[in-house]
Amino acid sequence: MIHETLAATNAVVTLDVPLPDVFWGWFVTMNMWAKSIGTGLVFMLFLLLRKNASEMSGVRTSAIIVSFVMMNVFLLFTLADLHQPFRMWHIFFYPHWTSAITVGAWMATVFVGLEFLMAAMMIRKDKCLLTSDANATFDKLLFWVTLLAIPVTLYTAGIMAEATARELWQMPTESVQMILAATLSGSAAIILLGGSKLSDETKNFFASILGLSALLAFIIYMSEYIFGSMKAEEVTAILAYVKGDGEYATMFWIGQWVAYILPMILVALYRVSKSNSILTLAAILAIAGLWVVKHVWLVIPQLLPLS
Amino acid sequence: MQLGFLVDLHLCMGCKGCEIACKVENEVPLSTWRLRVKYVDVGTFPETKRTFTPLRCNHCENAPCERICPVSALHYIENGIVNIDKERCIGCAGCVMACPYGAIYIDPETQTADKCTYCAHRIASSMMPACVVACPVGANIFGDLEDPKSNISMYIQDHRDVQVRKPEKGTNPHHFYVGASQVNLNPLASRREEGYNLFNKITTLPLGGHHE
Repeated sequence: MIHETLAATNAVVTLDVPLPDVFWGWFVTMNMWAKSIGTGLVFMLFLLLRKNASEMSGVRTSAIIVSFVMMNVFLLFTLADLHQPFRMWHIFFYPHWTSAITVGAWMATVFVGLEFLMAAMMIRKDKCLLTSDANATFDKLLFWVTLLAIPVTLYTAGIMAEATARELWQMPTESVQMILAATLSGSAAIILLGGSKLSDETKNFFASILGLSALLAFIIYMSEYIFGSMKAEEVTAILAYVKGDGEYATMFWIGQWVAYILPMILVALYRVSKSNSILTLAAILAIAGLWVVKHVWLVIPQLLPLS
Repeated sequence: MQLGFLVDLHLCMGCKGCEIACKVENEVPLSTWRLRVKYVDVGTFPETKRTFTPLRCNHCENAPCERICPVSALHYIENGIVNIDKERCIGCAGCVMACPYGAIYIDPETQTADKCTYCAHRIASSMMPACVVACPVGANIFGDLEDPKSNISMYIQDHRDVQVRKPEKGTNPHHFYVGASQVNLNPLASRREEGYNLFNKITTLPLGGHHE
């Protein structure tokens, strides 16, 4: 309807001072990207424990430390993005539980606390006062940390859903995309960390997770790209930023190719050739491309004027 | 009591008196607005006209900003106003992302969220909001939506073309318009073209934070 009226009215805004366009910029992209790797590694550790526990010894320490570091990167950028970072403690003393930001902050804090314990156990294995068998305790704790990793991964989708102004971000889709981002980057990270410590069978397993995550995420993005604009005019207007030939259209396709299409092709090649270099390249591309994909999807809804 | 606002766009002449009164009353910093009047030019020369639409916080009954605020800095008060506690705000900009009306901004001086509060401090002293007092044509009608005999309730009863902005968002705004068209209320119903503004190359104060 709007297009017809626009042609008839020739309406042009001649005075308005809308909000500056992008409020959540690359700091928030860093937040989502680092969190995906952090929680994704935990998912992959848990899967490895269930599939082939004997290979855990090669990656327990490195994976939990990298996950812990990435979660701290996530928290650091979350804090740095606040306009009043020194009031962060208000979230813990004046929590408002309808907010996904509050729920996420609390859960992420507990998650990082548990990860710290697990990392400390692994580093001070021989002198650990908490337990006589650090590996066994680590594996027991891993179950609970994995459970917690699910909502920690998903809460950002909750924030996006609560951002009523941004029609593009729908809860069911974003939830799936958050989980897929975690499995994509988590499998890529553990392939890079595991290296020769992982057997061919395990590498195949994580390569499959990487390839399938890329495929599913790509399908969802393409579905939104093609069909999203058939439901709501706001979504049509937002998707126009990635359908034209502007900078976000270029970034969108770079992201899709680097994060999803190339890793899918490379994983398929790896399964034929068994070349570790190809799998390593797929993992690096997936992690790098994920940043671009997340950034474009974060920014484009903010470009639409709300008034 | 549920306070609400109604703007009769048949009466509004775009003088921006409400904007200035709001700025002065609430000491709104340069480059930010709690209330602003949007101008949209319609038609093709010589058959053209200019429309005026005052835009402010809609004080929604189901306010997305209140829901997303992690520290309850945005909160309801008993009379239905969505108020803000700037001392509690952590500046996460969640409310800025949630408000479908673009009514919330980050105050460049305090680095906290801010918006129209229907002049809650004046109402507490039984005074009308500053913009209502300043309007020379009585286009701003303010009152209790739960009182059928209040000015605003009677205005809503007497007019058939009462509308709210973006009803599809389910926010139940307590801010109404009479005499509005798509051009006034739907941001997608008008173009924004470089060089067509009354004032071009508007500069704004640095906002702080980390924006692109």
